[in-house]
Amino acid sequence: MTEPIIQMKNIEKHFGAVIALAGVSLDVVPGECHCLLGDNGAGKSTFIKTMSGVHKPTKGEIFFEGKPMNFDRPRDAIAAGIATVYQDLAMIPLMSVSRNFFMGNEPTMKIAGLSFFDHKHANDVTMEEMNKMGINLRGPDQAVGTLSGGERQTVAIARAVHFGAKILILDEPTSALGVRQTSNVLATVDKVRTKGIAVVFITHNVRHALAVGDRFTVLDRGKTLGTAKRGEITPEELQDMMAGGRELATLEGSLGGTV
Amino acid sequence: MSDQSVTDIDQDERIKQTSRFRKALIRPELGSICGTILVFIFFLLVARDSGMFAADGIMNWGVVSAQFTIIAVGACLLMIAGEFDLSVGSMIGFSGIVIALLSVTWGLPMWIAILVAFAVAMSIGWLNGYLVIKTGLPSFIVTLAFLYILRGLTIFIAISTTNKTIIGGVRKAAEGDWLAPLFGGKILNGVFVWLADMGLVETFVAGNRAGQPVVEGIPMLIVWAIALIVFAHILLTRTKFGNWIFASGGDAQAARYTGVPVNRVKILMFVFTAFCATVFATCQVMEFGSAAADRGLLKEFEAIISVVIGGALLTGGYGSVIGAALGALIFGVVQQGLFFAGVESSLFRVFLGAILLLAVILNTYIRRMITGEK
Repeated sequence: MTEPIIQMKNIEKHFGAVIALAGVSLDVVPGECHCLLGDNGAGKSTFIKTMSGVHKPTKGEIFFEGKPMNFDRPRDAIAAGIATVYQDLAMIPLMSVSRNFFMGNEPTMKIAGLSFFDHKHANDVTMEEMNKMGINLRGPDQAVGTLSGGERQTVAIARAVHFGAKILILDEPTSALGVRQTSNVLATVDKVRTKGIAVVFITHNVRHALAVGDRFTVLDRGKTLGTAKRGEITPEELQDMMAGGRELATLEGSLGGTV
Repeated sequence: MSDQSVTDIDQDERIKQTSRFRKALIRPELGSICGTILVFIFFLLVARDSGMFAADGIMNWGVVSAQFTIIAVGACLLMIAGEFDLSVGSMIGFSGIVIALLSVTWGLPMWIAILVAFAVAMSIGWLNGYLVIKTGLPSFIVTLAFLYILRGLTIFIAISTTNKTIIGGVRKAAEGDWLAPLFGGKILNGVFVWLADMGLVETFVAGNRAGQPVVEGIPMLIVWAIALIVFAHILLTRTKFGNWIFASGGDAQAARYTGVPVNRVKILMFVFTAFCATVFATCQVMEFGSAAADRGLLKEFEAIISVVIGGALLTGGYGSVIGAALGALIFGVVQQGLFFAGVESSLFRVFLGAILLLAVILNTYIRRMITGEK
């Protein structure tokens, strides 16, 4: 197994008197899809926010590419190559696909010493990237609002990959989507993984997780219940773990000491 | 990107062709372009013989439209960035009094008075933006507060220093100043004399200006309006910052996640709106030769209406400077045109309300077409 690109060791996060994370450890290697599962309130969102620089962990260490990392702002994490795609905040519907794609990273060209938005470059790159992802646009000026939910997620993922993401965090990308759209997004995740990008896939849908995941980590009440490799765990076992670890005792054996 | 892949995309059979009509329909300017054409046709039919389309008639509604344009351009960028400024009208009165007070009452050079007015107004614009961002309150409330604060302060300052609400004598104070002609002057005077000699522009037949053309030149007010349109249009559609304006208004949180400095964009747009209001105020003070504490009343709404007629969404993230300018043109042409046509001027407000309602309904419909909502 290759070296993990990011290691999170015993991450704790307290919000006042509330302990949101009570020692969560996880590592992700390049080219794998690591699924983070858990029921609502398990601490999934808090955990990925510490990874993406939104929250600072109260305790614990983060190693990024082998070096200790301390992100102050989300901007630092993005610059380091950690990109997060949020479920419903990925895209701006009223803006064109190309304007969305380059939002915050606009290509510019100089005319008479002044800096202008290079629309031609932006449009060409957008069409090319969308074509690679299997989305056929009428044109780069098509508004994102006309795309389906799955296509929007795909545009957001393509955008993150294009701008050099090494780790891609997907926050419940499939939870609001229909069957076909979900399979499109899962196919996109697979394409991204084969490029050697580490994917952290947050979901509470076991079937979606099993469809693309290489490893599965289950969170419950701010703690890791265990990490299992693909093929070492059945959907039923995963489901039970997510439901609150009632069957934990019987599961420990099947997890094969990876806890 | 290779040419090969371009052809691939072009020839993909799954891409539905959109009709040109539909493409044209989802441009924000469409409504205002149609409106402008209709308004001109209407007045060409109704008021053709009234002198509305003679050189001095054109100048008449041109100046009024330019006034609306100057404040509409600022309001347009701010609205696309997702905020309102209701203090524009009060800002106009305030800046005017600052200029007159410093130059006439205190005897400072006019250029200092103008620069101070710009600095003070833009600082207040910044404060507006800062409060909106920091408190998270709707800009509607914050700037409504400043509508009253600024108007009250303007009247108070005028009364407490001069015992009047109108300060005259600005024209005299501006004589020989290097900056004042930038707001109060006229350009291309020679061209109009030449046009008059050619018989293309009428001349005064009597009085002490007999023989001179009825239009002296293009007022700087119109030059400012055109310059602001060009600047704002290029800024919005052709620059990185323009993309940030759209993004900040479209969805501030999504924009922040991709690294757009949303707070800076919004605050700068409040400052720009204040800048436009002060340009308006300075031109007006130079033209009238006086400043009055009640100037600019209701201007904030006229600016917002122009922008909405121009196709911008009240919720932000969508709109066009060209549209807003056409909205201002419709505004000016109708207001002055009703006068030329001899129609009771109170009907102007009826027209205004009706066209506002129509524009908002049309915009909402277009928005649904873009976003695919039902």
